[in-house]
Amino acid sequence: MFAQVDFTPVASPHVEWAGLMPLVILGGGAVLLVMFRSVVKHLPSEYESWVTTAMGPVAVVAAYVLGGIAGHDLPLSGVRADAGDVLFYVGFVVVLAVAAFVVWSLDIGLDTAFTFGVSFAALVSAWMLWIDRITVDGAFNSIGDQLGVDGFAVVFTGIMAIAVGLTALLLDDYIDREGIGGVEMYVLLMLSAAGGVVMASANGLIVLFLGLETLSIAVYVLAAMHSKRLESQEAGLKYFVLGAFSSAFLLYGIAFVYGATGSTNLIAIRSFLDSNTLTDDALLLAGFALMLVGLGFKVAAVPFHSWTPDVYQGAPTPVVAWMASAVKAAGFAALVRVFVVTFGSYRLDWQPAVYVLAILTLVTGSVLAVVQRDAKRMLAYSSISHAGFILVGVQAASARGTAAVVFYAAAYTFLVIGSFAVLTVVSGKGDRATTLDDLDGLAERRPALALAFTIFLLAQAGVPLTTGFVAKIEVIGAAVEARSYWLAIVAMLTAVISSFLYLRIVLAMYVGKSSEEALAAPRTRIPTAAVLVIGIAFLVTVGFGIIPDPIDQLARDAVPQLVAAG
Amino acid sequence: MELTTNWYLVLSILVFSIGAVGLMVRRNPLVMFMSVELMLNSVNIAFVSFGTSLNDVGGQMAVFFVLVVAAVEVVVGLALIVAINRRHPDATADDLSALRG
Repeated sequence: MFAQVDFTPVASPHVEWAGLMPLVILGGGAVLLVMFRSVVKHLPSEYESWVTTAMGPVAVVAAYVLGGIAGHDLPLSGVRADAGDVLFYVGFVVVLAVAAFVVWSLDIGLDTAFTFGVSFAALVSAWMLWIDRITVDGAFNSIGDQLGVDGFAVVFTGIMAIAVGLTALLLDDYIDREGIGGVEMYVLLMLSAAGGVVMASANGLIVLFLGLETLSIAVYVLAAMHSKRLESQEAGLKYFVLGAFSSAFLLYGIAFVYGATGSTNLIAIRSFLDSNTLTDDALLLAGFALMLVGLGFKVAAVPFHSWTPDVYQGAPTPVVAWMASAVKAAGFAALVRVFVVTFGSYRLDWQPAVYVLAILTLVTGSVLAVVQRDAKRMLAYSSISHAGFILVGVQAASARGTAAVVFYAAAYTFLVIGSFAVLTVVSGKGDRATTLDDLDGLAERRPALALAFTIFLLAQAGVPLTTGFVAKIEVIGAAVEARSYWLAIVAMLTAVISSFLYLRIVLAMYVGKSSEEALAAPRTRIPTAAVLVIGIAFLVTVGFGIIPDPIDQLARDAVPQLVAAG
Repeated sequence: MELTTNWYLVLSILVFSIGAVGLMVRRNPLVMFMSVELMLNSVNIAFVSFGTSLNDVGGQMAVFFVLVVAAVEVVVGLALIVAINRRHPDATADDLSALRG
């Protein structure tokens, strides 16, 4: 009976594991950590510190081996050793020693060290992908044609990895201080990053949606993680309801685009749109509009921004750092991938909509920011106005615009994590002291902290010699090149308006007088891990602000591509 | 009268609108979740009807992913509601107003 059945072999897609390495590291790291902690709740403290210290070298070795799988020729397998190899081994041992020393001297917990190690390994494997595959062979597809690994995706993967590492360092002390112990936040952070990586490299609309949901659902929970603050749970619920609402819009848009083009694969959609002229494109345009609404919610573009201030104020501050940096970056990566690259031939249809969104976002974000009393709400509105700037780059729909988006996303990641790192430290137990009154006189109490915060705020305002300035120049240059002159003018004007907001915080810190209680209270404790985060963000902001060429070159090389299935 | 794809599309748009309006108008978090489910299921109707009219299996495949994601969202959402209701029994979205500015 069975002999008559004609078994046609099911064609399984070709999986290019090399391109998946950062994703596997982030997702696998999350699974490993939650499995480990579900078996071992508490290690005896002497083992804990040993294991923690070992995490640094383990991360370096893992990064090395996994990066090797990602396409790098392992020197260990080489037949002959020349001077370069010897130098490599010496350097490797030095990096191991430094990593162990850094982790040990930071006095951080095992979970933090592990998450930091995972993010480091993901970053290194992304870097190896970049130098050994992308710049040599160009972009390629990873799972069938559903995941595209191109320069754009790899750079955004790197941004995600960096954001995970920095946020994990911030979480370390925060979790102890607030007494909300547990490993969940680290696990959710890594899962969320894995979703972000999928979004940045999605070659299919359904894959994009899955990535977005992996990213968002983890962040809904993260926002509500501070179980002792009702505001945190309220923020989680608000974010959840509006996030689900926006996902539904995005998904409906995907359905319409599928109906109009006959595919959910970006490569197929683009070749369809390039080679066919639709006699009736109502369905397609409705799909564009709905997808724009859905992604607009995620990146907090006006008029879809209403959740941002509430959620930023209520959510735990390190989580806000993550939301403002990586979640926003992933949203823009998706916008560029879908609109600029895939719907490029219909740009005359969607550009006006993005134009209007960008102007509304810029104006609303900067004007409403000025009237806030809470620093977290202020930075929420400022993040809205930054989203407006990035939208200016998207609106240009050109290679230069895309490079500007990459540069802005990379620079803003460090800026905003640095800013929220300072707020995490000053917010004190209960995560409440973030009003302007609480910041009054910070310069007397904690001069270094106030100075770092000032630099981050000035960089956000776009003061020269910071990455924020270069980023703004890049997007405005892209807008001018695309002949969107009014947009460029509005962007510059709102940059001036929003500098009031940053100056208000700076004035509070330097001119304002500390209240009696603030002076009487014990001096704000700055954990070493937070110092490291603020230090890294500071160095990147100023260093690449003075010498922007390396990031600039990286952003220009990070070209989004849709490689036809071969 | 023959039922063409357009009728299914109209149905899907109606269901989506009911869901969207319901989410904005109703104040009970549970009812808001149900509205989200309505919206997601209207997407499923759209996917299946497009898939049928295009004679492509992709549309029906997408429905599976949407169903899974909808289930996951409900799990997370209900957990959040339970966490809030422990402190504030009978909370509606209007009562949750600690965050205003």
